[in-house]
Amino acid sequence: MPKRITSVVLLMVISISVFTFACNNQKSGQAIPETVSYNFNIRPILSDKCFACHGPDANKREAKLRLDIADSAYAPLKETKGGFAIVPGKPEESELFKRVSSVDPTYQMPTPESHLGALTDHEIALMKKWIEQGAKYERHWAFSTPQKPTVPKLDDDKWAKNEIDHFTFKKMDEMGLKPNGEADKERLLKRISEDLTGLPPSLQMMDDFLNDKSDNAYEKAVDRLLQSTAYGEKMAVHWLDVARYADSYGYQDDNIRTQWPWRDWVIHAFNENLPYDKFITWQLAGDKLPDANKEQILATGFFRNHKYTEEGGVIPEEYRIEYILDKTKTYSKGIMGLTVECAQCHDHKYDPFSQKDYYSLFAFFNNTKEVGYEGDVSQSKPAKNPLLTIDNEDRKKLMSFINFKDTGSLTVSVMGDQDTLRKTYVLNRGVYDAPTYEVRPAALPAVMSFDTAQYPRDRLGLAAWTVNKNNPLTARVYVNQLWQDFFGRGIVKTTGDFGMQGELPSHPELLDWLAVDFMEHGWDIKRLVKQIVMSATYRQSSKVTEDKLSIDPENIYLSRGPRFRLSAEFVRDLVLASSGLLVRTIGGPSVKPYQPKGLWEMATSGRGVLATYKQDHGDALYRRGMYTFIKLTVPPPSMIMFDASNRDQCEVKRSKTNTPLQALIMMNDPTVLEASRVLSQVLNKEQTATKDKIAKAFRLIVSRKANEKELQVLNSYYEEQLKLYKDKKLDAALTLKVGEYARDEKLDANQVAALMKTISTIYNLEETITKG
Amino acid sequence: MQKEILEHGLNMNRRRFLSRMSLGLGSVALGSLLIPDLFSKSEEETVLTGLPQFAPKAKRIIYLFQNGAPSQLDLFDYKPLLQKMQGEDLPASIRMGQRLTGMTADQAKFPLAGTVFRFGEYGQARAQISETLPYTASVVDDLCIIKSLWTEAINHDPALTFFQTGAQVGNRPSMGAWLSYGLGSENKNLPAYCVLLSKGKGNGQGVYSKLWTNGFLDSVHQGVQFSSGENPVLYLANPEGMDKEDRRRMLDKLSELNQASYAEFGDPEINAKVQQYEMAYRMQTAVPEITDMSKEPESIIKMYGPDCLVPGTFAANCLLARKLSENGVRFVQLYHQGWDSHGNLPAEVRSQCKDVDQASAALITDLKQRGMLDETLVIWGGEFGRTNYCQGALSKENYGRDHHPRCFTVWMAGGGVKPGVYGETDEFGYNIAKDPVHVHDFHATILSLMGLNHEQLTFKHLGRRYRLTDVAGNVVKGLIA
Repeated sequence: MPKRITSVVLLMVISISVFTFACNNQKSGQAIPETVSYNFNIRPILSDKCFACHGPDANKREAKLRLDIADSAYAPLKETKGGFAIVPGKPEESELFKRVSSVDPTYQMPTPESHLGALTDHEIALMKKWIEQGAKYERHWAFSTPQKPTVPKLDDDKWAKNEIDHFTFKKMDEMGLKPNGEADKERLLKRISEDLTGLPPSLQMMDDFLNDKSDNAYEKAVDRLLQSTAYGEKMAVHWLDVARYADSYGYQDDNIRTQWPWRDWVIHAFNENLPYDKFITWQLAGDKLPDANKEQILATGFFRNHKYTEEGGVIPEEYRIEYILDKTKTYSKGIMGLTVECAQCHDHKYDPFSQKDYYSLFAFFNNTKEVGYEGDVSQSKPAKNPLLTIDNEDRKKLMSFINFKDTGSLTVSVMGDQDTLRKTYVLNRGVYDAPTYEVRPAALPAVMSFDTAQYPRDRLGLAAWTVNKNNPLTARVYVNQLWQDFFGRGIVKTTGDFGMQGELPSHPELLDWLAVDFMEHGWDIKRLVKQIVMSATYRQSSKVTEDKLSIDPENIYLSRGPRFRLSAEFVRDLVLASSGLLVRTIGGPSVKPYQPKGLWEMATSGRGVLATYKQDHGDALYRRGMYTFIKLTVPPPSMIMFDASNRDQCEVKRSKTNTPLQALIMMNDPTVLEASRVLSQVLNKEQTATKDKIAKAFRLIVSRKANEKELQVLNSYYEEQLKLYKDKKLDAALTLKVGEYARDEKLDANQVAALMKTISTIYNLEETITKG
Repeated sequence: MQKEILEHGLNMNRRRFLSRMSLGLGSVALGSLLIPDLFSKSEEETVLTGLPQFAPKAKRIIYLFQNGAPSQLDLFDYKPLLQKMQGEDLPASIRMGQRLTGMTADQAKFPLAGTVFRFGEYGQARAQISETLPYTASVVDDLCIIKSLWTEAINHDPALTFFQTGAQVGNRPSMGAWLSYGLGSENKNLPAYCVLLSKGKGNGQGVYSKLWTNGFLDSVHQGVQFSSGENPVLYLANPEGMDKEDRRRMLDKLSELNQASYAEFGDPEINAKVQQYEMAYRMQTAVPEITDMSKEPESIIKMYGPDCLVPGTFAANCLLARKLSENGVRFVQLYHQGWDSHGNLPAEVRSQCKDVDQASAALITDLKQRGMLDETLVIWGGEFGRTNYCQGALSKENYGRDHHPRCFTVWMAGGGVKPGVYGETDEFGYNIAKDPVHVHDFHATILSLMGLNHEQLTFKHLGRRYRLTDVAGNVVKGLIA
């Protein structure tokens, strides 16, 4: 049986035609390319199977052999006289090939004890051909400065709308795929509306767009959305994950903190379209800029969002070090797309980062004035040193984006360095009380050299190094994060790992073209976003055929439009916006909407002001999801169940699951039920036929007109429900009890309840919370 | 036995088959919330290779976590020397400069404090158990008492996180999530990983949802917290005025509409969604049936104690744990807060024991009488131990103890463990004298009892294969029957 499956797969692959190289070369049954590439074919195998013992980590290196560097791999073996790991051109003389192809457990590599698993036949064949062709090593693709590739010429460019499409079409063509046509106007509008503002289109927007028959109707709609302030809110959500933003200190007593002015700044920065190089520079080192203003200092709150302990009895230095480790991780994962933290305890096993490199990077952050412990929860303050004080005057002038009703001052935790440099040591095994030798601040040399003539050895120097146009990672990593937001999958699937163990880009030339183009145009984020949504690739219909599903189940080659569930925050926003409940205030202190009873109380130590959940009332119940209060130890359940980040650490990618708990939320969460009731009330006040009310509700919620079949099903449900209420089989008063929003007693309760149930059903449609 | 190995193998093959299939159909989530035959998308699910070749001894776990760290010296690890040397300073030769928490590091003296409780010897192993745990003493012959556990963390948050996820910091998957990922679900109506919380009257330390997180595993593997309110699972209950029949009507219409959408788009996610609504519907029946204690016979109520009828108590949670386990829930995690006795220890320990002793023992007895103990592993213990010296003022009747990571006691029962006493501490109860068991070893042993090799239960995330046991841990053979 297994053999038969393999041969079927083989046949399929052959019939797909020539498959030169692809992003994932580990699938079995794949053809061997004409020229085997180190970067695309060999390094992933070596990295996965060999580098753990024969890689960059000097302490774990076996037989003094490293295979990540050509010189070492070609050199005579130190422990096998007369042997060579690799003899270019001669696989049969190469110990590497002999061992990976052996079945003798005492001889084969990887060893059975390593549990790494033997190489597949395909991998062995690749290895053989690579050595035959000279075993040529290449620099890791992500550590080479991107060059702008030529845009591929297409024989038929009727489909293409901009450069992006040239790259994607070429790839589809290689795979034997054809692009889908453009999505219908209604679905397209929902797609851009959700992607650019995180909100569904209003009726007015839908009508305007459908009626606009001009050639640039789509572009006009895109421009309008990009100008909306909701754009900044939408864009901020991903960055809040990167920055692990939360409203409490975390750890067990988990008291409240005031970091939200920083969050308001992020929204403002996106709406002002602050170029990405500045966006990063301010957050990394705004306090160190010449004549730094308060806005630039506030931006450095980025590095202060992590958890702070208020547990009595901790050893302060242990936590101070923990905070610096967190900063280092957030920088390296969120901005550099690297898993540098492996080198906290030992040289990195896969990437060329030594422990010394790690602590040199760590040293940039280690000069902060902050301490490990400022006292226990009874002494808790809204911010911890160093602080930025923002008074009413500041908010009238420079910082009018901070939404604070009060006239008092606000304090926020920000970055600020000591006058005398704190010494940084390499910590043995990453333990705070095991310093070894001293290091000075320097950025990762394997990525790009840190020339101290050019860059000062402080955070400002690190920022300049980061946004230097020769830095191979910064632009690629951000372009990729944005791409992931729109397509559900990055061009590099492992958004947080551009290193050796990360996946290779599915469209390497496209990624480089976008990254260079982004830098050439002043790191203009809105321009990049517009470029993506204007492409034909993005505008395709998301219909899936059996054929496409079998060739490309994950839509790696983009021959159909993106179709996936909305992120947690935007599920809530859709419910509130479509029902008319949404309160569109931007920013300010986070709010506490409905939440199941007892959650905070069950898990608290009983100390601190967040021991009990004090639900808000009025407008605060109807704010966008991104303003829901995040208590780190008990993050908001309806967000977490929809895969929101728990904000414990820097996250660059959310999973997208589909669970029964999500179904329960959509069916029973008072937020959804109240929205259904309120929308039902509104519609019941209109002098229209029931059928029209249902049609309007459907359009508001699903962002398109319902078809006849849908209307018929929903109408029959409504009639059935109405009868049950009239016959007293169901009690309308009970149904309508949900939520604090005022009930309109003048309306017929049975009709309001029946329509409410119908609307609630529409909220539960798969399509409703899907961007398709 | 042969049959079990075979069944286990079949399961594994099914898993591998599904995983292979996933190359073509979007991966398979094997998680706690999954209907066995349902395909669902899961982004980072990878093919597990080389899963267990050996038959599991335990199929399920009930973990009675004693949050805050109970004092081993007042419950299981009797040290008469401390009573003899009451008030004398802890000798430097014993302390060996090992680090202390910030709460007692600055104390001028470290006066030894003997327990105020009487100890007795129980069972075949002549285990020493404090007078505060009479019920536990009565089931001693089923217990495997480990006196030599040790951890690296010295504060609650990192120590708890370490016990539950194998790492002190970081967003790693918890033990229950690993088991859900590795073994999947045994039932169609309930999550594979359930979490129950309760509070004692002693000094409390909070718990936090990170302890039952899925970490980088798919979120279907996260623990589902049960609460004692009217809604045992969040958002489970239909809104007021809606009964089961009415929900069915809604779901029928919904599925009709969703299917039309599938016909248009062909996205398999749409069908998966319909299936998830069906499982939600089944949970709406299954969960209230399980949490309803009213049908439990008088003998059971008596066994667990009257508290078991008060939702949200430790006793009620123990009884609920038994029922969940009986219905195929893979991992039931209890947390009981209140063991952080920095001061006023004798009174606090008495009150905490009163809360947990009877029900803990009842759970063992109950599982045994149902023939379930053999395949259910019960674990009881905290995140570290407590110091042999007094924190704060020491009097004859009153004292407090600080955190002590270097030795503490945890017991296990059922699920293939070997009853008896394992490991020894020195006569001061400060260091381990024999057979140390590190948290990683403990995890490796638990996974082994569940039929999983801790070195092979891995998940590749951001370039690295992660394990519950990080890069360490050895199965402690002496704990396995």
